[in-house]
Amino acid sequence: MDITFEKVGYIYQKGTPFQNRALHEMDLAIKDGHYTALVGHTGSGKSTVLQHLNALMKPTEGTVTIGDRVITGTTENKGLKEIRKKVGIVFQFPEAQLFEETVEKDICFGPMNFGVTEEDAQAIAKKMMPLVGLDESFLSRSPFELSGGQMRRVAIAGVLAMEPEVLVLDEPTAGLDPKGRREMMQMFYQLHQEQGMTIVLVTHNMDDVAEYADEMIILEGGTVVKQGKPEALFLDVEWLKKLQLDVPTSVAFAELFTKRTGKSFAKMPLNEQQLVTELVALLEEGEGH
Amino acid sequence: MDKLILGRYIPGDSIVHQLDPRVKLLGSIYFIFLLFFANNWQSYLFLAVFILVAIKLSKISLGFFLRGLKPLLWLIIFTVSLQLLFSRGGEIYFSFGPIAISQFGLINAALIFCRFVFIIFMSTLLTLTTIPLELTDAIEFILSPFKYVKLPVHEIALMISIALRFVPTLMDETTKIMNAQRARGVEFGEGNLFQQMKSIIPLLIPLFVSSFNRAEELATAMEARGYRGGEGRTKYRVLNWEVTDTMAVIVFAFVTVGVILLRG
Repeated sequence: MDITFEKVGYIYQKGTPFQNRALHEMDLAIKDGHYTALVGHTGSGKSTVLQHLNALMKPTEGTVTIGDRVITGTTENKGLKEIRKKVGIVFQFPEAQLFEETVEKDICFGPMNFGVTEEDAQAIAKKMMPLVGLDESFLSRSPFELSGGQMRRVAIAGVLAMEPEVLVLDEPTAGLDPKGRREMMQMFYQLHQEQGMTIVLVTHNMDDVAEYADEMIILEGGTVVKQGKPEALFLDVEWLKKLQLDVPTSVAFAELFTKRTGKSFAKMPLNEQQLVTELVALLEEGEGH
Repeated sequence: MDKLILGRYIPGDSIVHQLDPRVKLLGSIYFIFLLFFANNWQSYLFLAVFILVAIKLSKISLGFFLRGLKPLLWLIIFTVSLQLLFSRGGEIYFSFGPIAISQFGLINAALIFCRFVFIIFMSTLLTLTTIPLELTDAIEFILSPFKYVKLPVHEIALMISIALRFVPTLMDETTKIMNAQRARGVEFGEGNLFQQMKSIIPLLIPLFVSSFNRAEELATAMEARGYRGGEGRTKYRVLNWEVTDTMAVIVFAFVTVGVILLRG
Protein backbone atom coordinates (compact mmCIF):
# COMPACT_ATOMS: atom_id res chain seq x y z
CA MET A 1 0.00 0.00 0.00
CA ASP A 2 1.48 3.32 -1.08
CA ILE A 3 1.29 6.40 1.09
CA THR A 4 1.84 9.76 -0.59
CA PHE A 5 1.87 13.31 0.72
CA GLU A 6 1.10 16.16 -1.64
CA LYS A 7 1.93 19.66 -0.47
CA VAL A 8 0.98 18.73 3.07
CA GLY A 9 1.01 21.42 5.73
CA TYR A 10 0.11 21.07 9.36
CA ILE A 11 -0.36 23.80 11.95
CA TYR A 12 -0.81 22.97 15.62
CA GLN A 13 -3.48 24.95 17.53
CA LYS A 14 -4.49 26.86 14.45
CA GLY A 15 -6.19 30.16 15.14
CA THR A 16 -4.82 30.61 18.66
CA PRO A 17 -1.81 32.65 19.77
CA PHE A 18 -0.04 29.34 20.44
CA GLN A 19 -0.26 28.49 16.73
CA ASN A 20 2.78 26.60 15.55
CA ARG A 21 3.61 25.25 12.11
CA ALA A 22 5.05 21.74 11.99
CA LEU A 23 4.86 20.83 8.29
CA HIS A 24 4.85 22.87 5.13
CA GLU A 25 4.58 21.93 1.47
CA MET A 26 5.69 18.41 2.22
CA ASP A 27 5.83 15.98 -0.68
CA LEU A 28 6.66 12.47 0.35
CA ALA A 29 6.19 8.98 -1.04
CA ILE A 30 6.29 5.72 0.87
CA LYS A 31 6.31 2.95 -1.66
CA ASP A 32 4.61 -0.38 -1.23
CA GLY A 33 6.89 -3.19 -0.06
CA HIS A 34 9.81 -0.94 0.75
CA TYR A 35 11.68 -0.47 3.99
CA THR A 36 11.72 3.30 4.38
CA ALA A 37 13.73 5.15 6.98
CA LEU A 38 12.49 8.56 8.10
CA VAL A 39 15.27 10.64 9.62
CA GLY A 40 15.75 14.20 10.78
CA HIS A 41 16.84 15.86 13.98
CA THR A 42 14.48 16.78 16.82
CA GLY A 43 11.74 19.16 15.73
CA SER A 44 12.00 18.38 12.03
CA GLY A 45 8.40 17.13 11.95
CA LYS A 46 8.91 13.36 12.16
CA SER A 47 6.26 12.69 14.78
CA THR A 48 3.74 14.86 12.97
CA VAL A 49 4.36 12.98 9.72
CA LEU A 50 4.00 9.72 11.61
CA GLN A 51 0.53 10.58 12.83
CA HIS A 52 -0.56 11.49 9.32
CA LEU A 53 0.34 8.01 8.09
CA ASN A 54 -2.79 6.45 9.56
CA ALA A 55 -4.98 9.55 9.69
CA LEU A 56 -4.63 10.19 13.44
CA MET A 57 -4.01 13.72 12.21
CA LYS A 58 -5.49 15.31 9.17
CA PRO A 59 -3.46 17.80 7.16
CA THR A 60 -4.41 21.46 7.45
CA GLU A 61 -3.22 21.94 3.86
CA GLY A 62 -2.70 19.54 0.99
CA THR A 63 -3.65 15.88 0.73
CA VAL A 64 -2.44 12.57 2.10
CA THR A 65 -3.25 9.47 0.06
CA ILE A 66 -3.22 6.21 2.00
CA GLY A 67 -3.82 3.29 -0.36
CA ASP A 68 -6.92 4.41 -2.22
CA ARG A 69 -8.20 6.74 0.50
CA VAL A 70 -7.56 10.45 0.10
CA ILE A 71 -7.34 12.37 3.37
CA THR A 72 -7.74 16.14 3.41
CA GLY A 73 -8.42 18.61 6.19
CA THR A 74 -12.16 18.14 5.79
CA THR A 75 -12.24 14.33 5.75
CA GLU A 76 -14.76 12.98 8.27
CA ASN A 77 -13.70 10.67 11.07
CA LYS A 78 -16.03 7.94 9.88
CA GLY A 79 -14.44 5.03 8.06
CA LEU A 80 -10.91 5.87 9.13
CA LYS A 81 -10.81 2.66 11.17
CA GLU A 82 -10.00 0.52 8.15
CA ILE A 83 -6.97 2.70 7.48
CA ARG A 84 -5.80 2.18 11.04
CA LYS A 85 -6.09 -1.56 10.61
CA LYS A 86 -3.92 -1.45 7.51
CA VAL A 87 -1.33 0.93 8.90
CA GLY A 88 -0.10 -0.24 12.29
CA ILE A 89 1.94 2.20 14.34
CA VAL A 90 4.33 1.23 17.11
CA PHE A 91 4.76 4.48 19.03
CA GLN A 92 7.81 5.42 21.04
CA PHE A 93 7.87 3.54 24.35
CA PRO A 94 4.83 1.48 23.36
CA GLU A 95 4.85 -0.30 26.73
CA ALA A 96 2.85 2.69 28.02
CA GLN A 97 -0.21 1.50 26.09
CA LEU A 98 -0.69 -1.82 27.93
CA PHE A 99 -3.76 -1.99 30.15
CA GLU A 100 -5.49 -5.39 30.20
CA GLU A 101 -5.21 -7.95 33.01
CA THR A 102 -3.37 -10.48 30.90
CA VAL A 103 -0.91 -10.28 28.04
CA GLU A 104 -3.24 -12.36 25.90
CA LYS A 105 -6.17 -9.98 26.35
CA ASP A 106 -3.97 -7.04 25.55
CA ILE A 107 -2.70 -8.54 22.32
CA CYS A 108 -6.27 -9.50 21.36
CA PHE A 109 -7.50 -5.95 22.03
CA GLY A 110 -6.42 -4.51 18.66
CA PRO A 111 -7.73 -7.29 16.42
CA MET A 112 -11.02 -7.44 18.32
CA ASN A 113 -11.52 -3.72 17.82
CA PHE A 114 -11.30 -4.41 14.12
CA GLY A 115 -13.95 -7.09 14.28
CA VAL A 116 -11.91 -10.28 14.69
CA THR A 117 -13.69 -12.89 16.87
CA GLU A 118 -12.28 -13.75 20.27
CA GLU A 119 -11.12 -17.26 19.29
CA ASP A 120 -9.38 -15.99 16.17
CA ALA A 121 -7.75 -13.19 18.13
CA GLN A 122 -6.47 -15.66 20.72
CA ALA A 123 -5.03 -17.82 17.94
CA ILE A 124 -3.28 -14.75 16.54
CA ALA A 125 -1.95 -13.85 19.99
CA LYS A 126 -0.47 -17.33 20.33
CA LYS A 127 1.16 -16.97 16.93
CA MET A 128 2.65 -13.59 17.80
CA MET A 129 4.51 -14.71 20.92
CA PRO A 130 7.40 -16.59 19.30
CA LEU A 131 7.63 -13.84 16.69
CA VAL A 132 8.47 -11.25 19.32
CA GLY A 133 10.69 -13.67 21.22
CA LEU A 134 8.47 -14.62 24.16
CA ASP A 135 7.08 -18.04 25.01
CA GLU A 136 3.44 -18.93 25.44
CA SER A 137 3.60 -19.02 29.22
CA PHE A 138 3.58 -15.21 29.13
CA LEU A 139 0.05 -15.15 27.71
CA SER A 140 -1.63 -15.67 31.08
CA ARG A 141 0.56 -13.19 32.98
CA SER A 142 -0.23 -9.60 33.81
CA PRO A 143 1.60 -7.16 31.55
CA PHE A 144 2.52 -5.06 34.59
CA GLU A 145 4.65 -7.73 36.22
CA LEU A 146 6.96 -8.00 33.20
CA SER A 147 10.29 -6.30 32.70
CA GLY A 148 10.51 -3.21 30.52
CA GLY A 149 11.91 -5.11 27.56
CA GLN A 150 9.26 -7.81 27.81
CA MET A 151 6.50 -5.20 28.04
CA ARG A 152 7.88 -3.62 24.88
CA ARG A 153 7.65 -6.96 23.09
CA VAL A 154 4.07 -7.50 24.23
CA ALA A 155 3.09 -4.01 23.03
CA ILE A 156 4.68 -4.66 19.65
CA ALA A 157 2.91 -8.01 19.45
CA GLY A 158 -0.33 -6.15 20.07
CA VAL A 159 0.26 -3.99 17.00
CA LEU A 160 1.49 -6.89 14.84
CA ALA A 161 -1.63 -8.85 15.82
CA MET A 162 -3.73 -6.40 13.80
CA GLU A 163 -1.87 -7.84 10.80
CA PRO A 164 -1.19 -4.47 9.21
CA GLU A 165 0.04 -4.04 5.65
CA VAL A 166 2.22 -1.12 6.62
CA LEU A 167 4.14 -1.13 9.89
CA VAL A 168 5.32 2.23 11.21
CA LEU A 169 7.99 2.11 13.90
CA ASP A 170 8.90 5.16 15.98
CA GLU A 171 12.29 4.42 17.54
CA PRO A 172 11.27 0.89 18.44
CA THR A 173 14.55 0.07 20.18
CA ALA A 174 15.02 3.22 22.28
CA GLY A 175 16.13 2.24 25.78
CA LEU A 176 16.75 -1.44 25.00
CA ASP A 177 20.01 -3.26 25.60
CA PRO A 178 22.21 -4.06 22.57
CA LYS A 179 21.07 -7.66 22.33
CA GLY A 180 17.37 -6.81 22.55
CA ARG A 181 17.97 -4.08 20.00
CA ARG A 182 19.51 -6.39 17.46
CA GLU A 183 16.87 -9.10 17.95
CA MET A 184 14.05 -6.66 17.50
CA MET A 185 15.49 -5.01 14.40
CA GLN A 186 16.11 -8.47 12.91
CA MET A 187 12.51 -9.42 13.64
CA PHE A 188 11.16 -6.40 11.75
CA TYR A 189 13.53 -7.06 8.88
CA GLN A 190 12.31 -10.64 8.69
CA LEU A 191 8.69 -9.49 8.50
CA HIS A 192 9.71 -7.21 5.67
CA GLN A 193 11.65 -9.91 3.83
CA GLU A 194 9.32 -12.84 4.35
CA GLN A 195 5.89 -11.28 4.31
CA GLY A 196 6.71 -8.31 2.12
CA MET A 197 5.50 -5.94 4.82
CA THR A 198 6.00 -2.24 4.08
CA ILE A 199 8.00 -0.75 6.92
CA VAL A 200 8.53 2.86 7.90
CA LEU A 201 11.25 3.32 10.50
CA VAL A 202 11.70 6.59 12.36
CA THR A 203 15.10 6.62 13.99
CA HIS A 204 18.24 8.49 14.96
CA ASN A 205 20.34 5.39 14.61
CA MET A 206 22.04 5.60 11.22
CA ASP A 207 23.57 2.14 11.58
CA ASP A 208 20.05 0.71 11.50
CA VAL A 209 19.18 2.85 8.51
CA ALA A 210 22.25 1.69 6.59
CA GLU A 211 21.72 -1.92 7.58
CA TYR A 212 18.03 -2.37 6.81
CA ALA A 213 16.45 0.46 4.86
CA ASP A 214 16.26 0.53 1.07
CA GLU A 215 14.78 4.00 0.96
CA MET A 216 15.61 7.03 3.05
CA ILE A 217 13.72 10.28 3.60
CA ILE A 218 15.46 13.21 5.28
CA LEU A 219 13.29 15.83 6.98
CA GLU A 220 14.32 19.30 8.00
CA GLY A 221 12.21 22.22 9.20
CA GLY A 222 8.92 20.48 8.45
CA THR A 223 9.66 19.51 4.88
CA VAL A 224 11.43 16.79 2.92
CA VAL A 225 14.92 17.87 1.90
CA LYS A 226 16.05 14.63 0.28
CA GLN A 227 14.64 11.24 -0.58
CA GLY A 228 16.58 8.37 -2.09
CA LYS A 229 18.66 5.26 -1.54
CA PRO A 230 20.70 5.31 1.69
CA GLU A 231 23.94 4.47 -0.15
CA ALA A 232 23.47 7.60 -2.25
CA LEU A 233 22.42 9.90 0.59
CA PHE A 234 25.22 8.84 2.92
CA LEU A 235 27.86 9.92 0.40
CA ASP A 236 27.59 13.58 1.34
CA VAL A 237 28.89 13.34 4.90
CA GLU A 238 29.46 17.09 5.29
CA TRP A 239 25.90 17.92 4.28
CA LEU A 240 24.49 15.40 6.76
CA LYS A 241 26.60 16.85 9.55
CA LYS A 242 25.28 20.29 8.70
CA LEU A 243 21.76 18.93 9.27
CA GLN A 244 22.92 17.62 12.68
CA LEU A 245 22.60 14.05 11.46
CA ASP A 246 25.00 11.21 12.13
CA VAL A 247 26.47 8.88 9.57
CA PRO A 248 26.76 5.10 10.00
CA THR A 249 29.85 3.97 11.93
CA SER A 250 31.33 2.33 8.85
CA VAL A 251 30.91 5.50 6.80
CA ALA A 252 32.59 7.51 9.56
CA PHE A 253 35.40 4.95 9.61
CA ALA A 254 35.78 5.04 5.83
CA GLU A 255 36.02 8.81 5.89
CA LEU A 256 38.68 8.80 8.56
CA PHE A 257 40.54 6.03 6.75
CA THR A 258 40.60 8.01 3.52
CA LYS A 259 41.75 11.12 5.35
CA ARG A 260 44.60 9.32 7.13
CA THR A 261 45.85 7.05 4.35
CA GLY A 262 44.77 8.86 1.23
CA LYS A 263 43.25 5.64 -0.07
CA SER A 264 39.59 5.72 -1.00
CA PHE A 265 37.14 2.86 -1.23
CA ALA A 266 35.60 1.87 -4.52
CA LYS A 267 32.16 1.89 -2.89
CA MET A 268 30.97 3.58 0.31
CA PRO A 269 30.63 0.78 2.91
CA LEU A 270 27.28 1.00 4.71
CA ASN A 271 27.79 -1.79 7.21
CA GLU A 272 30.47 -3.87 8.84
CA GLN A 273 30.38 -6.54 6.18
CA GLN A 274 30.78 -4.16 3.27
CA LEU A 275 33.55 -2.41 5.16
CA VAL A 276 35.45 -5.68 5.59
CA THR A 277 35.02 -6.51 1.90
CA GLU A 278 36.28 -3.08 0.87
CA LEU A 279 39.25 -3.26 3.24
CA VAL A 280 40.21 -6.69 1.95
CA ALA A 281 39.96 -5.42 -1.62
CA LEU A 282 42.25 -2.49 -0.77
CA LEU A 283 44.76 -4.79 0.92
CA GLU A 284 44.88 -7.14 -2.02
CA GLU A 285 45.31 -4.24 -4.37
CA GLY A 286 48.18 -3.05 -2.19
CA GLU A 287 49.88 -6.45 -2.37
CA GLY A 288 49.43 -6.53 -6.13
CA HIS A 289 51.69 -3.48 -6.52
CA MET B 1 -7.86 20.70 25.09
CA ASP B 2 -6.08 23.05 22.72
CA LYS B 3 -8.81 25.66 23.07
CA LEU B 4 -8.56 26.02 26.82
CA ILE B 5 -7.49 29.56 27.68
CA LEU B 6 -8.30 29.65 31.38
CA GLY B 7 -5.32 28.56 33.46
CA ARG B 8 -2.70 29.25 30.83
CA TYR B 9 0.28 31.53 30.98
CA ILE B 10 1.34 33.91 28.20
CA PRO B 11 4.91 35.18 28.56
CA GLY B 12 5.24 38.93 28.47
CA ASP B 13 6.97 41.83 30.18
CA SER B 14 4.13 44.20 31.00
CA ILE B 15 3.65 45.91 34.35
CA VAL B 16 1.03 43.33 35.26
CA HIS B 17 3.44 40.49 34.43
CA GLN B 18 6.09 41.95 36.69
CA LEU B 19 3.85 42.50 39.69
CA ASP B 20 4.53 40.40 42.74
CA PRO B 21 2.42 37.22 42.51
CA ARG B 22 1.19 37.80 46.08
CA VAL B 23 -0.31 41.13 45.03
CA LYS B 24 -1.90 39.57 41.99
CA LEU B 25 -3.37 36.59 43.83
CA LEU B 26 -4.67 38.54 46.83
CA GLY B 27 -5.76 41.37 44.55
CA SER B 28 -7.86 39.02 42.41
CA ILE B 29 -9.53 37.52 45.46
CA TYR B 30 -10.12 40.98 46.91
CA PHE B 31 -11.55 42.16 43.60
CA ILE B 32 -14.18 39.42 43.76
CA PHE B 33 -15.17 40.61 47.26
CA LEU B 34 -15.48 44.14 45.95
CA LEU B 35 -17.61 42.84 43.12
CA PHE B 36 -20.14 41.41 45.57
CA PHE B 37 -20.00 44.58 47.59
CA ALA B 38 -20.91 46.75 44.62
CA ASN B 39 -24.66 46.91 44.08
CA ASN B 40 -25.61 49.47 41.46
CA TRP B 41 -24.72 50.29 37.91
CA GLN B 42 -22.38 53.19 38.83
CA SER B 43 -20.17 50.99 40.98
CA TYR B 44 -20.15 48.24 38.34
CA LEU B 45 -19.17 50.72 35.66
CA PHE B 46 -16.34 51.86 37.92
CA LEU B 47 -15.10 48.28 38.36
CA ALA B 48 -15.44 47.70 34.61
CA VAL B 49 -13.16 50.65 33.91
CA PHE B 50 -10.68 49.30 36.45
CA ILE B 51 -10.54 45.82 34.92
CA LEU B 52 -10.32 47.16 31.37
CA VAL B 53 -7.37 49.34 32.36
CA ALA B 54 -5.71 46.33 34.02
CA ILE B 55 -6.20 44.26 30.85
CA LYS B 56 -4.84 47.11 28.75
CA LEU B 57 -1.76 47.29 30.99
CA SER B 58 -1.12 43.56 30.58
CA LYS B 59 -0.68 44.09 26.81
CA ILE B 60 -2.78 41.00 26.08
CA SER B 61 -5.53 41.45 23.54
CA LEU B 62 -9.09 41.66 24.84
CA GLY B 63 -10.17 39.03 22.29
CA PHE B 64 -8.24 36.52 24.31
CA PHE B 65 -10.31 37.19 27.39
CA LEU B 66 -13.51 37.03 25.40
CA ARG B 67 -12.48 33.62 24.14
CA GLY B 68 -11.93 32.57 27.75
CA LEU B 69 -15.64 33.26 28.35
CA LYS B 70 -16.72 30.75 25.72
CA PRO B 71 -16.59 27.54 27.76
CA LEU B 72 -18.69 29.15 30.51
CA LEU B 73 -21.12 30.85 28.16
CA TRP B 74 -23.97 28.37 28.74
CA LEU B 75 -23.66 28.61 32.50
CA ILE B 76 -23.86 32.40 32.28
CA ILE B 77 -26.84 32.36 29.96
CA PHE B 78 -28.61 29.83 32.19
CA THR B 79 -28.15 31.81 35.40
CA VAL B 80 -28.93 35.14 33.81
CA SER B 81 -32.12 33.88 32.20
CA LEU B 82 -33.27 32.33 35.49
CA GLN B 83 -32.85 35.71 37.17
CA LEU B 84 -34.51 37.46 34.28
CA LEU B 85 -37.55 35.24 34.08
CA PHE B 86 -38.33 34.30 37.65
CA SER B 87 -37.79 37.34 39.81
CA ARG B 88 -40.57 39.80 40.54
CA GLY B 89 -40.57 43.27 41.97
CA GLY B 90 -40.76 46.82 40.79
CA GLU B 91 -42.52 47.50 37.54
CA ILE B 92 -43.65 44.39 35.67
CA TYR B 93 -43.29 44.61 31.89
CA PHE B 94 -44.49 41.19 30.88
CA SER B 95 -45.96 38.24 32.68
CA PHE B 96 -47.15 34.79 31.74
CA GLY B 97 -47.93 32.27 34.48
CA PRO B 98 -44.90 32.01 36.77
CA ILE B 99 -42.70 33.72 34.19
CA ALA B 100 -42.37 37.45 34.46
CA ILE B 101 -39.99 40.06 33.20
CA SER B 102 -39.78 42.73 35.84
CA GLN B 103 -37.70 45.77 36.57
CA PHE B 104 -35.83 44.04 39.41
CA GLY B 105 -35.34 40.94 37.31
CA LEU B 106 -33.73 42.98 34.55
CA ILE B 107 -31.40 44.77 36.93
CA ASN B 108 -30.45 41.57 38.75
CA ALA B 109 -29.81 39.74 35.50
CA ALA B 110 -27.55 42.53 34.28
CA LEU B 111 -25.62 42.61 37.56
CA ILE B 112 -25.16 38.84 37.62
CA PHE B 113 -23.98 38.90 34.02
CA CYS B 114 -21.41 41.56 34.90
CA ARG B 115 -20.30 39.61 37.96
CA PHE B 116 -19.65 36.48 35.92
CA VAL B 117 -17.77 38.30 33.20
CA PHE B 118 -15.65 40.31 35.65
CA ILE B 119 -14.74 37.27 37.75
CA ILE B 120 -13.70 35.33 34.66
CA PHE B 121 -11.76 38.31 33.28
CA MET B 122 -9.94 38.81 36.55
CA SER B 123 -9.00 35.16 37.06
CA THR B 124 -7.96 34.86 33.41
CA LEU B 125 -5.79 37.95 33.84
CA LEU B 126 -4.20 36.36 36.90
CA THR B 127 -3.33 33.06 35.22
CA LEU B 128 -2.33 34.61 31.88
CA THR B 129 0.24 36.88 33.50
CA THR B 130 1.59 34.70 36.31
CA ILE B 131 3.89 31.70 35.99
CA PRO B 132 2.28 28.77 37.84
CA LEU B 133 5.38 28.36 40.01
CA GLU B 134 5.17 32.00 41.13
CA LEU B 135 1.57 31.40 42.00
CA THR B 136 2.58 28.47 44.20
CA ASP B 137 5.14 30.67 45.95
CA ALA B 138 2.42 33.20 46.58
CA ILE B 139 0.10 30.54 47.98
CA GLU B 140 2.86 29.28 50.27
CA PHE B 141 3.50 32.78 51.52
CA ILE B 142 -0.15 33.52 52.14
CA LEU B 143 -0.68 30.22 53.95
CA SER B 144 2.45 30.59 56.09
CA PRO B 145 0.65 32.06 59.15
CA PHE B 146 -1.37 28.83 59.35
CA LYS B 147 1.83 26.97 60.25
CA TYR B 148 1.05 27.87 63.85
CA VAL B 149 -2.22 25.95 63.74
CA LYS B 150 -0.31 22.85 62.53
CA LEU B 151 -1.27 23.19 58.85
CA PRO B 152 1.43 21.46 56.75
CA VAL B 153 2.01 24.54 54.62
CA HIS B 154 5.27 23.40 53.03
CA GLU B 155 3.80 20.05 52.03
CA ILE B 156 0.73 21.68 50.53
CA ALA B 157 2.90 24.10 48.54
CA LEU B 158 5.15 21.26 47.39
CA MET B 159 2.17 19.22 46.24
CA ILE B 160 0.73 22.17 44.37
CA SER B 161 4.01 22.93 42.62
CA ILE B 162 4.57 19.28 41.67
CA ALA B 163 0.99 19.01 40.46
CA LEU B 164 1.33 22.17 38.37
CA ARG B 165 4.65 20.99 36.96
CA PHE B 166 3.13 17.70 35.82
CA VAL B 167 -0.07 19.03 34.28
CA PRO B 168 1.52 19.57 30.83
CA THR B 169 3.50 16.32 31.10
CA LEU B 170 0.36 14.37 31.87
CA MET B 171 -1.51 16.14 29.08
CA ASP B 172 1.22 15.08 26.63
CA GLU B 173 1.10 11.58 27.95
CA THR B 174 -2.68 11.48 27.62
CA THR B 175 -2.45 12.54 23.99
CA LYS B 176 0.23 9.94 23.33
CA ILE B 177 -1.68 7.06 24.89
CA MET B 178 -4.86 8.21 23.19
CA ASN B 179 -3.11 8.14 19.83
CA ALA B 180 -1.61 4.74 20.52
CA GLN B 181 -5.01 3.32 21.40
CA ARG B 182 -6.70 5.01 18.44
CA ALA B 183 -4.08 3.33 16.27
CA ARG B 184 -5.26 0.06 17.82
CA GLY B 185 -8.83 0.75 16.80
CA VAL B 186 -10.34 2.56 19.80
CA GLU B 187 -12.72 5.33 18.85
CA PHE B 188 -12.95 7.93 21.59
CA GLY B 189 -16.15 9.90 21.96
CA GLU B 190 -18.19 7.73 19.62
CA GLY B 191 -21.10 5.37 20.16
CA ASN B 192 -23.56 5.41 23.06
CA LEU B 193 -22.75 6.47 26.60
CA PHE B 194 -21.78 2.96 27.71
CA GLN B 195 -19.42 2.47 24.76
CA GLN B 196 -17.88 5.88 25.36
CA MET B 197 -17.25 5.08 28.99
CA LYS B 198 -15.75 1.73 28.07
CA SER B 199 -13.39 3.35 25.58
CA ILE B 200 -11.91 5.44 28.41
CA ILE B 201 -10.51 2.37 30.20
CA PRO B 202 -7.58 1.81 27.79
CA LEU B 203 -6.67 5.44 28.42
CA LEU B 204 -7.21 5.64 32.18
CA ILE B 205 -5.38 2.51 33.30
CA PRO B 206 -2.11 3.30 31.50
CA LEU B 207 -2.32 6.88 32.79
CA PHE B 208 -2.71 5.73 36.39
CA VAL B 209 0.02 3.15 36.05
CA SER B 210 2.43 5.69 34.60
CA SER B 211 1.51 8.19 37.32
CA PHE B 212 2.35 5.61 39.99
CA ASN B 213 5.66 4.86 38.31
CA ARG B 214 6.41 8.53 37.91
CA ALA B 215 5.60 9.25 41.56
CA GLU B 216 7.92 6.50 42.69
CA GLU B 217 10.75 7.67 40.46
CA LEU B 218 10.29 11.28 41.50
CA ALA B 219 10.28 10.38 45.21
CA THR B 220 13.47 8.35 44.79
CA ALA B 221 15.14 11.13 42.85
CA MET B 222 14.15 13.70 45.48
CA GLU B 223 15.48 11.56 48.31
CA ALA B 224 18.69 10.89 46.43
CA ARG B 225 19.18 14.64 46.21
CA GLY B 226 18.80 15.07 49.92
CA TYR B 227 15.19 16.13 50.33
CA ARG B 228 14.10 15.56 53.93
CA GLY B 229 10.95 17.64 54.24
CA GLY B 230 10.28 21.31 54.75
CA GLU B 231 12.24 22.06 57.91
CA GLY B 232 15.47 24.01 57.53
CA ARG B 233 15.18 24.55 53.80
CA THR B 234 16.28 27.72 52.07
CA LYS B 235 14.62 29.25 49.05
CA TYR B 236 15.94 29.64 45.52
CA ARG B 237 13.14 31.83 44.21
CA VAL B 238 12.66 34.73 46.60
CA LEU B 239 9.67 37.02 46.15
CA ASN B 240 10.60 40.69 46.02
CA TRP B 241 8.33 43.53 46.99
CA GLU B 242 8.87 46.53 44.71
CA VAL B 243 7.52 50.04 44.32
CA THR B 244 4.99 48.98 41.67
CA ASP B 245 3.56 46.47 44.14
CA THR B 246 2.99 49.17 46.73
CA MET B 247 1.39 51.27 43.99
CA ALA B 248 -0.90 48.38 43.08
CA VAL B 249 -2.01 48.16 46.71
CA ILE B 250 -2.72 51.92 46.72
CA VAL B 251 -4.75 51.53 43.52
CA PHE B 252 -6.79 48.79 45.20
CA ALA B 253 -7.38 51.11 48.16
CA PHE B 254 -8.67 53.83 45.81
CA VAL B 255 -10.92 51.34 44.07
CA THR B 256 -12.32 50.28 47.44
CA VAL B 257 -13.05 53.89 48.39
CA GLY B 258 -14.61 54.45 44.96
CA VAL B 259 -16.90 51.47 45.29
CA ILE B 260 -17.97 52.48 48.80
CA LEU B 261 -18.79 56.00 47.62
CA LEU B 262 -20.65 54.86 44.54
CA ARG B 263 -22.71 52.03 45.95
CA GLY B 264 -26.28 52.89 46.74
